[in-house]
Amino acid sequence: MTLLQGNADLVLLVIVAWALQDRVKNTWLWAIIAGLLTSFISGLQFPVLIGSYLVIVAGIRLLIKRIWQVPILMMLVGTILGTIVLLVIEYMTLVIGGTPLPIGDSMSLVILPSVLLNLLFSIPVYTLIADLANWLYPNEKEA
Amino acid sequence: MNNKLPRYFQTAVLILVVGGILILALSGYLNPAIQSASDPLIKVQTWVSSRYLAIYQFFTVPRDVASLREQVASLEEENNLLKTKNIELEQSLQVAKVLSELVGFARNRPENQYVAASVIGRDPSPFLHYVIIDQGSDNGLRYGMPVVTQQGLVGRIDAVIGGASRVQLLTDPGSTVNVTLQNAGEDGVITGSLTGDLNLEMVAQDVTLETGDLVLTSGLGGSYPQDIVVGQVITIRRRETDLFQTASIQSVVDFANLQAVLVIKNFSPVDISPLIPETNP
Repeated sequence: MTLLQGNADLVLLVIVAWALQDRVKNTWLWAIIAGLLTSFISGLQFPVLIGSYLVIVAGIRLLIKRIWQVPILMMLVGTILGTIVLLVIEYMTLVIGGTPLPIGDSMSLVILPSVLLNLLFSIPVYTLIADLANWLYPNEKEA
Repeated sequence: MNNKLPRYFQTAVLILVVGGILILALSGYLNPAIQSASDPLIKVQTWVSSRYLAIYQFFTVPRDVASLREQVASLEEENNLLKTKNIELEQSLQVAKVLSELVGFARNRPENQYVAASVIGRDPSPFLHYVIIDQGSDNGLRYGMPVVTQQGLVGRIDAVIGGASRVQLLTDPGSTVNVTLQNAGEDGVITGSLTGDLNLEMVAQDVTLETGDLVLTSGLGGSYPQDIVVGQVITIRRRETDLFQTASIQSVVDFANLQAVLVIKNFSPVDISPLIPETNP
């Protein structure tokens, strides 16, 4: 799904939602796997996506411990920040590599539409991932 | 008395009576009598028949509804299967159409060797315009080979693995192609952009650009073969203060609906980067 030149990044949303689950221990591993899989088909340099996903996971783990305990709000904040971080890192990598990308167009045609699309999908993705996490790691009291 | 009458006379009377009755019946004179005699019988028959049908339907109709429902379900299932088959056939027809056009294109250019490939993916990054095709080094594809369709130039191979390749499209912001203008006979450079538009650059101010001019690859730089159609000039931008004039190019290829492509296998791109002098700061 695209809006202007931006698109929804389901992999990023899954990583953000997965990182927000308290009981999940191996988020880092999944961030690396997601980065590897995406890098395999992307024209970006190999470590860029892995590094971006790891930075996003680190940011979310940091925020969730120190700031909010409301996961649904954290999902929205994580989606906005995660999308911006990922696309800014991609943008900087490409610009440093010599690709001419106007910053105004990049912001208005790619980054902001992508943030909007990701926000639209963030709540459904969070619900699915939360259910999946509860199914895989049931609460000890419930069990 | 009867015994006294001759036998043949009795027979003749009988024939006359029967014949008379038949003639009366056939001419309709006996209808009222027949009707009055048959009415009670018909009423009895109607009553028996209606009761029999009611009882018969009481036992058989529910069974028929069930069997009809089964038939409807089976027909609906069959209908769905046929619809699915129809969609599959339409898709196959569309693919066959595209492939047939590609084959026609390849036949018209026997000097080139082509490998046909299907587009199986796109780059997930919104900044990049790349597609993934289902042919790789196992099929003889190498880095830098040009990719075309029957309409014109698509791009070139940017990365290869055994069974797949990544193609950098002309519309990618990092793509540059040396071109020549067919009518003006001048060279220029086409670059991609973030929005997927193609821009013609490096055209001298004194060159007369016209809307509709055909743009072909020039072969300069050794990255692409000569004379592959790229697009047409649609908008010209000329400013007195600029060194060069620029133009927007309408690509001949529909990049949004790219399904199948041809890779020119017998063209080896030339790497001229060692020949380009390094600029010292």
